[in-house]
Amino acid sequence: MKLKTFKIGGVHPPENKMAANSPIEALSLPKRVSIPMNQHIGAPANPVVKKGDDVKVGTLIGKGESFISANIHSSVSGKVFAVETVMDTTGYKVKAVIIDVEGDVWEDSIIHSGALIKDIKLESAEIVERIKSCGIVGLGGACFPTHVKYMVPEGKKLDTLVINAVECEPYLTADHRIMLERTEEIMVGIEIMKKALKINRAIVGIEANKPDAIAKMEKVAANFPGTEIQPLKVQYPQGAEKQLIKSVVNREVPSGKLPLDVGCVVNNVGTALAIYEAVQKNKPLIERVVTVTGKKLSKPANYLVRIGTPVDMLVEAVGGIPEGTEKIVNGGPMMGKAVSTTEVSVTKGTSGIIFFDKSEARRKRIANCIRCGKCVSVCAMGLEPYLMEKLVEKSRWEEIEKLAVTDCIECGSCSYTCPSSRPLLDLIRLGKANVNRIRWERSKK
Amino acid sequence: MSRYIVSLSPHEKGTYTVERVMWGVVIALLPSFLASIYFFGIRAVAVTAVAMITCIGVEYFIQKFMLKCEVTAFDGSAAITGMLLAFNLPSSIPLWEVVVGGIFSIGIAKMVFGGLGKNPFNPALAGRAFMLASFPVDMTTWPIPIKTSMLWAMGKTVDGTTSASPLGLLKEGIKAGGNVPEIFANAPQSFDYFNLFIGNVGGCIGEVSALAIILGGLYMLYKKIITWHIPVFYLGSLFVFTGVFWMIDPNHYADPLFHILSGGVMLGAWFMATDMVTSPMSVKGQILFAVIAGVLCGSIRLFGGYPEGCSYSILIMNAFVPLIDKYIKPVRFGKEVNYG
Repeated sequence: MKLKTFKIGGVHPPENKMAANSPIEALSLPKRVSIPMNQHIGAPANPVVKKGDDVKVGTLIGKGESFISANIHSSVSGKVFAVETVMDTTGYKVKAVIIDVEGDVWEDSIIHSGALIKDIKLESAEIVERIKSCGIVGLGGACFPTHVKYMVPEGKKLDTLVINAVECEPYLTADHRIMLERTEEIMVGIEIMKKALKINRAIVGIEANKPDAIAKMEKVAANFPGTEIQPLKVQYPQGAEKQLIKSVVNREVPSGKLPLDVGCVVNNVGTALAIYEAVQKNKPLIERVVTVTGKKLSKPANYLVRIGTPVDMLVEAVGGIPEGTEKIVNGGPMMGKAVSTTEVSVTKGTSGIIFFDKSEARRKRIANCIRCGKCVSVCAMGLEPYLMEKLVEKSRWEEIEKLAVTDCIECGSCSYTCPSSRPLLDLIRLGKANVNRIRWERSKK
Repeated sequence: MSRYIVSLSPHEKGTYTVERVMWGVVIALLPSFLASIYFFGIRAVAVTAVAMITCIGVEYFIQKFMLKCEVTAFDGSAAITGMLLAFNLPSSIPLWEVVVGGIFSIGIAKMVFGGLGKNPFNPALAGRAFMLASFPVDMTTWPIPIKTSMLWAMGKTVDGTTSASPLGLLKEGIKAGGNVPEIFANAPQSFDYFNLFIGNVGGCIGEVSALAIILGGLYMLYKKIITWHIPVFYLGSLFVFTGVFWMIDPNHYADPLFHILSGGVMLGAWFMATDMVTSPMSVKGQILFAVIAGVLCGSIRLFGGYPEGCSYSILIMNAFVPLIDKYIKPVRFGKEVNYG
């Protein structure tokens, strides 16, 4: 049988999933955590604790007050050491709550046991409220506050929940491991999501390079009517929302529209697990699975890490930074962010920490564009990266806008594939930012 | 505290590079080169070597001493130009003329426009067109492949060892009022499909053997250096165009299979129309480019003054590439959908 996939563009970088066979290990508690207030897309949360306050695991420490924002909870128990400005993984200064860890005392409201709870007691609106109060955000990497997706506007017809278990980024194996180890909980999570959206159909898209996860998920899904497992051909960027919808239900989200416009909601498989824990156990999003890997690492691993744990601790756990490491990436190699130091902390969006050595860390010499057309043929949105790059160099923003630069999903396939190593995506991002600025100025007139 | 490299994503880089593309094309040209040695002997080697050395040397000289910029003469692109230029020349051409052609190809057709990737016309074809205008006699006198010339010298009488190419003979014959079957029957060599396919006919160094060219083309397809669209649509469009006229009057027009196997179209379709720099970016644009080039080539062959139209058809279409790229866009995701 021919496996389903999306039709336009795509690349297949080396998978390098070295940590795929390493079971998830819980990382020991850090001595101090630093929890940033802007771990999600949207407005930062406002700190609601002050220096000297006692907190438990699950205590609300930051409140998301705008429409697009998310609550933030303490991931440890102890005393607030400070509320101050620190550098986050992207290098920006953000407000963070720093907590000195004392013991491991959980809030009483949290059911702190591993037993599976299948019965869903909450009603649809209550589920969405719980997702919001527990600070659940999309765990695929973009960290969009999940409850916003579940507030479906009147008149939108919704029929399918698409679960993103593609994990198309090379190296990363966090989703792969939770599918193997926490299958039942994920399935109950999907049931909860279906109930919240008042629909009966869910499709889990998994790339064919995870046959064990597909088998396990299919076995368990047999007990959950309305939930299908859809194996997909391995192709990057299949984990991108629009590409995934195209792959699993063959619908094309129109330019500038949302998955809702084609009757779909897309959530990451990790988010399904977080929703299960939030709804059934009242447990806020305080920990996540992080893949720590690299070609030179002797034992790549998957750790269950409390939010706010310094990346340094992950580094220690795998036996230190490998010799010759020149770049450390937070996230996947295609869309992740390079960090300048390991003193930053793990956030809700940290799906992996990858070490690159000298041969991989540096960019290659930029040569002339040879007009090979590869960037055009790999672009999953059907854009013309070579042309946008040239126009950005000349600051011709209006023309770039007409080329639909804002459709770009920044997957990086163009830069990945360019034989001349041209910085296509860098310049396209610049173009995108300028087009957005121009549109904003226009709307103000 | 150690510091790390910070750059924007993606952090992964594919293995496809300019050097790999260019030297891949050179490898793909090797079967034709071997075939040319087999048919034309040491002269083929001499012409190819002179053309390649000239092209690489001119690019090196211009980058090193005139532009004083980074030297990229050895990235393989100049080597391809040299090889393709040589493959478009008769093996009997005087070597100094090859040097002139090489200087024009790289110096005028490529470096003047800004070097690799900036040239509007295929440098090898531009060089060939320049040489055809400058040295018309030397450029249209082809030695007959060594092996055949000995074989057929026993049966028929011939003057010397040179002749026109199959297409040239056809053109002359038709101008003189002959018809196609007669011209073929009286040809000094056999123009059956087998000889045309393996290359046992008069012609330029690298263009005679369709078999060797197709082998190289398949290698490029396998290595994903080119896609199948341009060669297939170019040859297909020429086949259909000449086929229509052949069906109308087989005495006046040669059959389409003869047309795609003779002359330079095989080499042109696989190696020169597919030149990345001078062909459109989108697949739809490439198809349009190839179809029109095929029709142009057929028109020149059937109705034009020259017996062969391949190189001009590609050069003319090269000029239209910016226009094609402006109006023929790739299929956008979510564009074709009804916005509702």
